[in-house]
Formats: sequence, C-alpha cells, structure tokens
Amino acid sequence: MTFINYASREINCKIVYYGPGLCGKTTNIQWIYEQANPEKRGKLVSLATETDRTLFFDFLPLDMGTIKGFKVRFHLYTVPGQVFYDASRKLILRGCDGIIFVADSQRARMEANIESIANLATNLRENGFDIRTIPYVLQFNKRDMPSAASMTDLERLLRFRNEPMVEAVANQGIGVIDTLKAAARQILMELQRA
Amino acid sequence: MSKLDLMLFEEEYNLLQEIIGRLSKDASAKVVFLVDKNGQQIAAAGDVKSIDATSLASLTAGNVAATDGLAKLIGEKEFSLLFHEGEKDNLHISIVGKRGILVVIFDQNSSLALVRLRVKKASRELQEIFDQVEQRAQKELDPGSRFESPFSEITDEDIDRLFGD
Repeated sequence: MTFINYASREINCKIVYYGPGLCGKTTNIQWIYEQANPEKRGKLVSLATETDRTLFFDFLPLDMGTIKGFKVRFHLYTVPGQVFYDASRKLILRGCDGIIFVADSQRARMEANIESIANLATNLRENGFDIRTIPYVLQFNKRDMPSAASMTDLERLLRFRNEPMVEAVANQGIGVIDTLKAAARQILMELQRA
Repeated sequence: MSKLDLMLFEEEYNLLQEIIGRLSKDASAKVVFLVDKNGQQIAAAGDVKSIDATSLASLTAGNVAATDGLAKLIGEKEFSLLFHEGEKDNLHISIVGKRGILVVIFDQNSSLALVRLRVKKASRELQEIFDQVEQRAQKELDPGSRFESPFSEITDEDIDRLFGD
C-alpha cells in the first residue's frame, strides 16, 4: 500500500525481501545500509535472535530523492526465513508494494527455494495480493558458491512470470542495488497506471 | 495502484494534525504519533525530535500486528489497546478504525487514566477523518472521476535519477 501524502509531498513504499532461511535477505539490506549516504538512510532495525537469525523482521527506511516534486521513501523489510516463523512472515507482508525474492543459488537449497515461493504465494493471497501481479523481482544470490546451480536450471525451476532476474553475491554487494532498482521501477510504474 | 492506497490531501492532513496536537496537550503527553497499520507514520505532535519516528512507526505496527495475531489465536477479534510501562516513560497504543494506530508517550506528568480518557475522544474524531479519506478514495476509483494523479507521467529517466544514474 503506497502512502501518498500530498501535504508533505511524500510517497512511501514498502518493499519486502522474502526467501528461505539463510538465503541472504538481511545481508542485502545490511549492504544497502552500509553503502547508503548517512543522510539518506534511517536506522537499521533488526529484531534478531542472539545468533543473528531474524526473529521478526529487519527494517531500513531509505530516502531516494524526488520524483514529480514528491519525496520518495522506501521502507525495506525482511521476513524471517525459517519455516516455523510463518505467522510472522504473513504479518510483514501486510500492505507491501513489492516483493524481492532472494533465492539461494546452491543446488542443495533448491527445494527450500521452491517451498518458499509457494509459501509466499499463500501468504500474499491471505493478505489480498496476487503473486502473479504484484511488483516482483527474482534475485539469484550466492552466485560465487562452487555448488551454485546453473542460471538455466534456476530460471527453469524458480521463474514463473517473466519477472526481472538479477544475479547477486550480496555479501560483496554484487547485484544488490540492481535488484532494488528493478523493484523500485515496477512499483513506481504501478503508480503511473493509477 | 491498488485500491488500498492511502492518499492524504493537505486539508485532511491538517485536520489529523490538529486533533493529535490537541490530544498531546490535553493528555499532558510528551509525544503523540499517528501511524498507519502498515508501519508508515501519518502525523506527529509534541517533542517529536526526541524520538526516531520512522523506527517507532514500523515497530509499533509490528507490535500491533503480532498482538493481533495473538488475539486471533485465542478467538478475539483484536486487542484494541496496548500499554507498556517503563521506569520513566510509558507507551499507550490504541487502534483507530481499520487502519490507524495512535501512540501516546507520557511520563509522570500525566496518568494512564487521563491518557485513556483523552485518547477515547480523539479516536472518535480521527475515525471521522479516516472515513472521509476512504469515501473520497472510493469516489476517485470511479471511472468518471476527474482526479488526475501527478504520477501519470513517470519516466524511466525519473527512476534512473533516483538511483543517481
């Protein structure tokens, strides 16, 4: 749900990073936080366990600049990836404007990727969204791992709607901004269609 | 644009701001925030600069959402009020209508009873404004509506510029 404030001339959009446990959702957001101009980023809020696993969500507000005289602000959220946190995942999708699905490229995680996409479809539906139409980007993370599957295999198994795909190594920042940009493009173009 | 988009015009925003400004004074609160259930801050009054409002909005919404989940688990529709008591400051969180959350931060200069009383009155007034916003939004969805979005001509270049390209 985009929040457009005509009084303060601001647009706020909510983007959610989704994906299986340990795929690199938090790493994406952390990299953006570290690279962003300190004046343009807010505080990075992480609700994590003592072992740094996401418990509820990570949250990062980012001021992007202006478009048509309106300040554009993105609110980036991650969900907890571990299977048993499903109730929390559902809550975080509430009112989202776009999804970045972070897939783990390692062959051994393919089943977890597929399960997570199915789980995303269900949770979106329960929040009144359709996974086939909501702004959506597919990121293939951990491309540097020796056990990474080929792009052809990943695309065949995980791509389902002609969505933009981005290859990434999030802990080195590769592909992180391109992914965010692809999501931003879709969300803002959606505003145009209003 | 999804039908759930929240659009606030200057007049509506000023009314909301006026109500929470009054609430802040009447309840002797330190700060009052009006937040959307999805975690966006709508308006604020009082000593706003003392707090990271963006994080507060997102965490409040998360808190309310989690409590909502708990309510449903035990067969309740929702818990309309949350209260967190600290050593110095307290947090009073209440639900306004379908989409608003009112957050009042207060210390020993006020009391829970006073805050509850004032919040009740302010909530009714806020609810009315939210209803108006919703009705207007419904009208704009009407194909015959004359409302024209300022974003109807966003270009690829506009988006590239956001990313400094």
